[in-house]
Amino acid sequence: MSQGISREDVAHLAALARIDLSEAELDRLGAELPAILEHVAAVQDAVSPEAGGDDVEAMSHPQPIVNVLRDDVVVPGLTADEALAGAPAAEDQRFLVPRILGEE
Amino acid sequence: MSERSLVPFDTAIERYDPVLGLEVHVELNTATKMFCGCPTEFGADPNTQVCPVCLGLPGALPVVNAKAVEAAVRIGLALNCSIAERCRFARKNYFYPDMPKNFQTSQYDEPIAFDGFVDVEVEGTDGQPVTVRIEIERAHMEEDTGKSLHVGGSTGRIQGADHSLLDYNRAGIPLIEIVTKTIEVEPALAPLVARAYVAQLRELMVALDVSDARMDQGSLRADVNLSLKPTGSTTLGTRSETKNVNSFRSVERAVRYEVTRHAALLDAGERVVQETRHFHESDGTTSAGREKSDADDYRYFPEPDLAPVAPDPAWVEELRGTLPEAPELRRRRLQGEWGFSDLEMRDTLGAGALDLVAATIDAGVAPQSARKWWLGELARRANDTGTDLAALPITPAQVANVQALIDAGRINDKLARQVFDGVLAGEGTAEEVVAARGLEVVSDDGALGDAVDRAIEANPDVAQKIRDGKLQAAGALIGAVMKEMRGQADAGRVRELILERLG
Repeated sequence: MSQGISREDVAHLAALARIDLSEAELDRLGAELPAILEHVAAVQDAVSPEAGGDDVEAMSHPQPIVNVLRDDVVVPGLTADEALAGAPAAEDQRFLVPRILGEE
Repeated sequence: MSERSLVPFDTAIERYDPVLGLEVHVELNTATKMFCGCPTEFGADPNTQVCPVCLGLPGALPVVNAKAVEAAVRIGLALNCSIAERCRFARKNYFYPDMPKNFQTSQYDEPIAFDGFVDVEVEGTDGQPVTVRIEIERAHMEEDTGKSLHVGGSTGRIQGADHSLLDYNRAGIPLIEIVTKTIEVEPALAPLVARAYVAQLRELMVALDVSDARMDQGSLRADVNLSLKPTGSTTLGTRSETKNVNSFRSVERAVRYEVTRHAALLDAGERVVQETRHFHESDGTTSAGREKSDADDYRYFPEPDLAPVAPDPAWVEELRGTLPEAPELRRRRLQGEWGFSDLEMRDTLGAGALDLVAATIDAGVAPQSARKWWLGELARRANDTGTDLAALPITPAQVANVQALIDAGRINDKLARQVFDGVLAGEGTAEEVVAARGLEVVSDDGALGDAVDRAIEANPDVAQKIRDGKLQAAGALIGAVMKEMRGQADAGRVRELILERLG
């Protein structure tokens, strides 16, 4: 993880996240991101027995809980008007989005 | 590529072995969505079954539907899978407006069910049944996407569209995705095996009562992955993914078409592009969709808004006890109990009549009679009106009532057809139709005897033949009597009366 991240990696991630970065920003982030990853690596080492840390299971949820479930019972939601109230554009009771390019 | 003639299927499989993979999405029939309490009715007005959770509004938190987890476990068990003791959801990140959250909540490296199998039966090249085991890689929980409507293009496709309209009623409906391991079978059988597998999954979902499993409504959808490798080779070729094939027949045709298309490319020394393909119902072909690209880097990560799901092993065992009999075992058992030949059984299954025939037999009808009515008279009527057998307005119990009248000698097979007419037209029960239409056979020997006497008198030559011992000639006299009685007589009794007089 700490072996670094290239300028190309940053450009790829930016493209996936639909973030338009300038050349100058790519240069800057190309230097900053490896530093951030190094900090993360320090945390990883702390919970990795191989690196002399404690054996702690990786967690994805802040609480050590499982099976938070709800019954299959309908709860009233939003009306179409309410749902569409925040939409930049709507048509025929549907959300209107710009044409989708480069797919299909 | 489109200009080049395709390699015929039979030629293609002489040189190449097809390798299949099938992904089937099953929409669950829960009352509410996977992570929120919105209803899941099919065909509701656009955006009337939405809430902050399924619209991905800031601050909304998802909660897992317990019924969906139960359905997932039951499906996993029915597919002979292991059930995870603990599993998590993951975010599948992508930018496409069919999910307002910009990710789909799915499962990635921790599916709820894994390592299973189903056995399907197909007719081998020698006409004998062949059983093929399909290994199941995993079955995982996820949510459906919204529906896009592309406006401005002439075809409703994305090309040429000015803009798109989104209805999120479907976004968040629970899905179970069932993924097979690679399937390698005798090349000639590949299309049939793919079809039989999807058909069997559908049967299983219906038996489990976890989904409507209607391919025409998209509540069961199949993606067909296919690649070819030179015969005997162990190196996998590049695969195409034909998406959303929506009937059993189309699954078979999609496999067949992709084999011919891949073979043509490989023969010409070209490369198969890894891409999604669209299947065209009209001519059984596929066309290129989206090529695999960087956009398929979904950057999965564990869903931090949902706690892991840890099915209690005791509960899983309890659910195992609720599983219906496996479809293939049930079919085999019923065929044995009913004494159907392989052909009769295949016809019954092919007509979608298995459950109807079973229910009719349960209502007291002899197996062959039940089969005769559903696959004969009633199948013909369903065919005439273009409906499914199951959609005919007659129940197995009503069919049993008609048969009971026949068994009691009150009507015969010919009159039964008129009784079916009446029942199907909503004129009431079989009994009521018989009464209202005056269909009961004449069992009064006096009236029948008179008709027999008249028939003998009118056909002296025939009568003489019978007196001379040619009993098969009696058919002509029986016909004459039946005609006079307008079909309302028991032909067996008529025969007895004729032979009493001439024997």
